[in-house]
Amino acid sequence: MQAEAALFRAGLWFAVLILAIAAAAVAKDAAYAAHAGIIAGVALLLLTMSAGRFDPLGKAQGFFRMPEEPSRYDDDPVRWGVIATMFWGMVGLLAGVFIALQLAYPALNFEPYLTFGRARPLHTSAVIFAFGGNALIATSFYVVQRTCRTQLAFPALARFVFWGYQLFIVLAASGYLLGVTQSREYAEPEWYVDIWLTIVWVAYAAVFIGTIVRRHEPHIYVANWFYLAFILTIAMLHIVNNLAVPVSFLGSRSYSAFAGVQDALTQWWYGHNAVGFFLTAGFLAMMYYFVPKQAERPVYSYRLSIIHFWSLIFLYIWAGPHHLHYTALPDWAQTLGMVFSVVLWMPSWGGMINGLMTLNGAWDKVRTDPIIRMMVVALAFYGMATFEGPMLSIKAVNSLSHYTDWTIGHVHAGALGWNGLITFAAVYYLVPRLWKRDRMYSLRMINWHFWLATIGIVFYAASMWVAGITQGLMWREYGPDGYLVNSFVDTVAALHPMYLMRAFGGILYLIGAGVMTYNVWMTLAGRLRSEAPMSDATYDPAADRPILATAIREPQA
Amino acid sequence: MSLYEQLRHFADSYALVAIFVIFLGLCAWPFRPGARTHNHNAAHSIFKDQDDGE
Repeated sequence: MQAEAALFRAGLWFAVLILAIAAAAVAKDAAYAAHAGIIAGVALLLLTMSAGRFDPLGKAQGFFRMPEEPSRYDDDPVRWGVIATMFWGMVGLLAGVFIALQLAYPALNFEPYLTFGRARPLHTSAVIFAFGGNALIATSFYVVQRTCRTQLAFPALARFVFWGYQLFIVLAASGYLLGVTQSREYAEPEWYVDIWLTIVWVAYAAVFIGTIVRRHEPHIYVANWFYLAFILTIAMLHIVNNLAVPVSFLGSRSYSAFAGVQDALTQWWYGHNAVGFFLTAGFLAMMYYFVPKQAERPVYSYRLSIIHFWSLIFLYIWAGPHHLHYTALPDWAQTLGMVFSVVLWMPSWGGMINGLMTLNGAWDKVRTDPIIRMMVVALAFYGMATFEGPMLSIKAVNSLSHYTDWTIGHVHAGALGWNGLITFAAVYYLVPRLWKRDRMYSLRMINWHFWLATIGIVFYAASMWVAGITQGLMWREYGPDGYLVNSFVDTVAALHPMYLMRAFGGILYLIGAGVMTYNVWMTLAGRLRSEAPMSDATYDPAADRPILATAIREPQA
Repeated sequence: MSLYEQLRHFADSYALVAIFVIFLGLCAWPFRPGARTHNHNAAHSIFKDQDDGE
């Protein structure tokens, strides 16, 4: 770096530092001051880095054993993204197990920072946006380069996207624990964090679209369509849902631009499409690249992938009102949401069938390749969750299931089964390629991870089905005198065993992710576990000999 | 008629038909004559470079 450039940068960070300290000093509330403090800390770190012309990533590159020779593709942001995915995955799953135990043992609510109300958005945001978001950013940068046969368009901007997104995660997560929330599910961060995410997201779109524009491959592969839909729609949803007026530019409080039922509908238009475009379209993009690559077979039907793409795009955006059945939302809007949710079943299964049938003629790989096994079960859970979802959106079913743990079970079948397993499979695919290793440290550990995760999900989903239906039936039970039979606390007591089983399932899933972390760590360290291969042709030495002449004659005698 | 009602009528009539026609057109697009080879090539495009790990 030129001395003048270094001086200029140091000056810039110094200005940010002073501004952040000033903001912390005059802040209206403690949480805003804490966030300004985080910004000041980051600015100070960047200031010392620029001032010393110190290459901080150099040391970290060594620690994480990044390959030194220049890659043909720009893979450093992808490697960072994979490590961040692993890290935030462990944080998010640990938070999940913690809040599951809080529901079973309320004594675990440590006031004020670690109550259920504050730890729960920490869990949801950590797994969806930190774990899932980093996985999406990393895989999208990997896939768009390979399918376009070109390097990332704006390398510096791509690095800003990665680090800016981590800052967003830290601000959001610390905010929840400090009590900063705008009380919108999956959109809890306050106005200044939303503005920061908007900047990062626009940069992300610029890098992704820029790379597509300079592609060397004439056709844009279908995985990129899904990534693009995910990036553009999330930008739109995020901006509209977070329209708010801050009370003060020096405070962390704001009020929504909408009121009443309009506000509720905006929130669930956002909320359901976060599921549709973040957790579905983005992860389907991963599926459309990594499943064919791992199976070494092209996608079953390219036509089906296009029909299923446009159907998802046109239908998903209308399904949000099913979150507001039997509320102040007009009846026609509730019915509209229900009808579109039921219709969504078909394109969802189109995607599942396309992914599963890609293995047509190679089904033996389910037995021999633990990564394929993970992908197949991910698709199976995708199919299950996208059948259960339309069913739950039907008003008659929803009157039983709404506000119960059935919804929680449904969400986790999708999140743990589909999003989790397809991400793990993609990471297992990526790590040896990104770090230039022959294979993962241990294939048998992938198999262990697969079974721990699958059994964990079964415990989770099954216990929540039972808990949800129990809860729904107890809530609606009337006695002959016309009064409700059960008080709320009766249902809580009845659900205790189910909550324990749910926590057990979560612990299994967390252990599986821990096995994966160890496996990835050892792969980065360049180690290969010596182990028996997952499958081999059978060999029986006792039978491997000629038949003696006497033995042939004997039956004739 | 209020702006809301005007927009609502437009959304219920012309916009609905237009969106539906666009949707059907996009779904029919991969079935156009001569698309078979194109679809085949697109599906195989990710295998052109088996050295993708680089």
